[in-house]
Amino acid sequence: MSELLRLEKVTVRFGGLVAVSEVDFHVAEGELVGLIGPNGAGKTTLFNLVTGVYTPTTGRICLGGREVDGLNSSEITGMGVARTFQNIRLFNSLSVLDNVIAAFNLHLESGFFGALWRGAAFRAQEAQIQEEAMALLEIFGLREAAHTPCRSLPYGDQRRLEIVRALATRPKLLLLDEPAAGMNPTEKIELMRLIRFTQERFKLAVLLVEHDMKVVMGICERIAVLEYGRKIAEGTPTEIQKDKRVIAAYLGEEVADA
Amino acid sequence: MGPRFLLLLSIAAVSLVSFLFTGHPQASWPLGQMDDYLLNILILAGINVILAVSLNIVNGHTGQFSLGHAGFMAVGAYGSATLTQINSKACLASLAFLGNAAPLGLFVLSLLAGGVLAALAGLAVGLPSLRLKGDYLAIVTLGFGEIIRVMIQNTEALGGARGLAGIPSQTSLGWTWGVSLLSIYCVGSLVNSTYGRGFLAVRDDEIAAEAMGVNTTRYKVTAFVVGAFFAGLAGALYAHFIGYITPEGFSFLKSVDVVVMVILGGMGSTAGVTVAAIALTFLNEALREAEQYRMVAFALLLIILMITRPQGLLGGLGRWLPGKGGKS
Amino acid sequence: MNEFLQQLINGLSLGAVYALIALGYTMVYGVLRFINFAHGDVFMVGAFSGMYFGRWLKPFAAAWPEWLFASVVLLGSMLFCAVLGIVIERLAYKPLRERPRLTVLITAIGVSLLLEYAGQLVFGAAPRGFPSLITSTSISGLGGLQASNIQLIVLVVTSLLLLGLHLIVMRSRLGLAMRALSLNPTAARLMGVNTNVVISFTFGLGSALAAAGAVFYASLYQAIDPFMGVLPGMKAFVAAVLGGVGSLPGAMVGGLILGVVETLVVGYSKLLGIPPGYRDAVAFVILILILLFKPSGLFGKTQREKV
Repeated sequence: MSELLRLEKVTVRFGGLVAVSEVDFHVAEGELVGLIGPNGAGKTTLFNLVTGVYTPTTGRICLGGREVDGLNSSEITGMGVARTFQNIRLFNSLSVLDNVIAAFNLHLESGFFGALWRGAAFRAQEAQIQEEAMALLEIFGLREAAHTPCRSLPYGDQRRLEIVRALATRPKLLLLDEPAAGMNPTEKIELMRLIRFTQERFKLAVLLVEHDMKVVMGICERIAVLEYGRKIAEGTPTEIQKDKRVIAAYLGEEVADA
Repeated sequence: MGPRFLLLLSIAAVSLVSFLFTGHPQASWPLGQMDDYLLNILILAGINVILAVSLNIVNGHTGQFSLGHAGFMAVGAYGSATLTQINSKACLASLAFLGNAAPLGLFVLSLLAGGVLAALAGLAVGLPSLRLKGDYLAIVTLGFGEIIRVMIQNTEALGGARGLAGIPSQTSLGWTWGVSLLSIYCVGSLVNSTYGRGFLAVRDDEIAAEAMGVNTTRYKVTAFVVGAFFAGLAGALYAHFIGYITPEGFSFLKSVDVVVMVILGGMGSTAGVTVAAIALTFLNEALREAEQYRMVAFALLLIILMITRPQGLLGGLGRWLPGKGGKS
Repeated sequence: MNEFLQQLINGLSLGAVYALIALGYTMVYGVLRFINFAHGDVFMVGAFSGMYFGRWLKPFAAAWPEWLFASVVLLGSMLFCAVLGIVIERLAYKPLRERPRLTVLITAIGVSLLLEYAGQLVFGAAPRGFPSLITSTSISGLGGLQASNIQLIVLVVTSLLLLGLHLIVMRSRLGLAMRALSLNPTAARLMGVNTNVVISFTFGLGSALAAAGAVFYASLYQAIDPFMGVLPGMKAFVAAVLGGVGSLPGAMVGGLILGVVETLVVGYSKLLGIPPGYRDAVAFVILILILLFKPSGLFGKTQREKV
């Protein structure tokens, strides 16, 4: 398995606050990796670093061996990284289908002039994109809702739509930021099954931020734990469950509660 | 009815209209003379439609707030007049091979020149303004518009503050509405495509758009350039309609006029904006007697509209071109 | 050198006016996070209210010393505009508190147009002469330096107003509430700050300063018209951005810098190769340069969008 994403001693500071500190981390092709940690540990910041929303203060981030420093988010997406957002960021004035179609932007063969001329090649492309988008929506059970405004979707469906939209960019690495937040246990199990399914079907690597321990432990092959911006542990779910630092920092409370 | 069909239909309609009303201002209607007054208003309405539809791609579809549209219009107006008025002899001489059609050829060329120059100005404004959002962008575009005006005012070759007179009256109803329909078609087609979803994505959420591979920078600049191109055409048509242009005519207040059309029509709705531009042109004429009260009424309308119905009077009127779902 | 000092005096008195207007932009931005587009037109109303009030007061004040008359006109105009500012906020902006910033911006443009065209209806479109509040005399300084007494008075009174503002913002309870609101609106509200009162107060204060600026401006340049607020308003906004929007010292310094730079560009137009007609473009060029290279301005803080 070749390596997709590598972080080397990545640090980011916002004023006096060190949000992520000296993190080494990697994701290989086709892996499903979990990223956990208490609130404010720097998980979302890590996503923002990988996707180019923030630039590391020091350290390197490489995608497929190439350093991404200074690239736009859209260029990084073009290199095969797609993401969802913790605080859902859909294109609110668009329909469900159009949200997905907008994400095909990277794979257009006929752009500005094609849209003006509207020739045969353009129409074929539009038809194909529409079909592909519908197929993706189908997998996530959103086909029926394709023409409704995305704002009118229930919360859980909006999260699913974010995943569909991310898949439309045809990523190799999918970053999911708390995709099951706000869902009930049944929905969560269903969502995890879907994530597994898409991971295998599209041969994706998935990096998953999730609060629900059961979910993460059940689905991930490898887990990294962040606390106060530092990586305090990394290993298989069993290893993480036994790790003293993790138990002290994070699982401790959960285990005690359970 | 596909959009290409619509385009063909428009072209046919325009050719027919141009045939019926040949020339300006003595337009001849087959059944006698068309009312000059009405003809003038129709031409002004067409020019306003171009301005409103082209500002809409920036302010409506792409969600940027430009207050400098009059500046691009000025570039188009002065750019085209440079060919047909200031250097008309030399230009006509080099088009002598067209024979009798030389003035018409020059007019078409000057329209294009106006559009292209304005598009370049749009590029020059768009690139540095990209880092700005909302009210800051509004002020900077306003500033750019004012800089353009001040530059013209201080350029003797362009007539300075006195303005430029004697521009040949070549803008006809056919030309105006031909360009109007072209602008509607272009903006409608651009937006109604996978490519065009990028504009809307930028408007709705720039960070999410970037994350989905939409190059927000390129889309914003494209919107500015397309908007400025058509504003330039509108300016060129206006110059060759009115025959006399001054820098004052392209001040910040002209930009506000266009912004009002876009807001009343509903930002992002091509159909709404078109209707609003036509309606406001006629309303302006109807209220010409009450000129002093007109702007007071508009200002009040704008305030009340924002408080009670921010999506515009005509917002949600429906989409112009048939195609995939979603608001355009 | 002498000529330079001369230009500096001219520039500073113009800059003082910009600074007074810029403070209103910055304070409103601090508490409401939006650019009050109509602020320049409140400035215009300040000039006209000063004119009408001055004319009305003149017969009663025949026996008054000149300084008293001028001060009363200044205060009257400030009071009038303070009320106007509060009324505008209550009627036009308050219903839009939680709406997108663009909606508020468009409303502000509407208010601006309303003031301009209503002004045209009421005051007429032609420029009007502003009554002289203080007899203008020329004061000669060292080395043949010339300044009008009005320029010097403007500088002195502006300094006093700025000092007063500083005391209000830093020492009074309302000033404290204002600062709290601009730091963290939610926390301020939870701590019992009455947002509506503070916002009204801010508009009142900003508008009063603009009115003072208007009376000075009108005294310096003598002619006033309903559209006189457009350019100084925009330039003062540039001053606010130059100093860093939200920063009171920034607005003062930005205003002074802008006034001086503008005056120098015109004064040395031959030397710089810039025609004096470009005077009004100077501010916008500065604006574009700041926004490109230091969008937070001289004294501002950078802000980061939460993702």
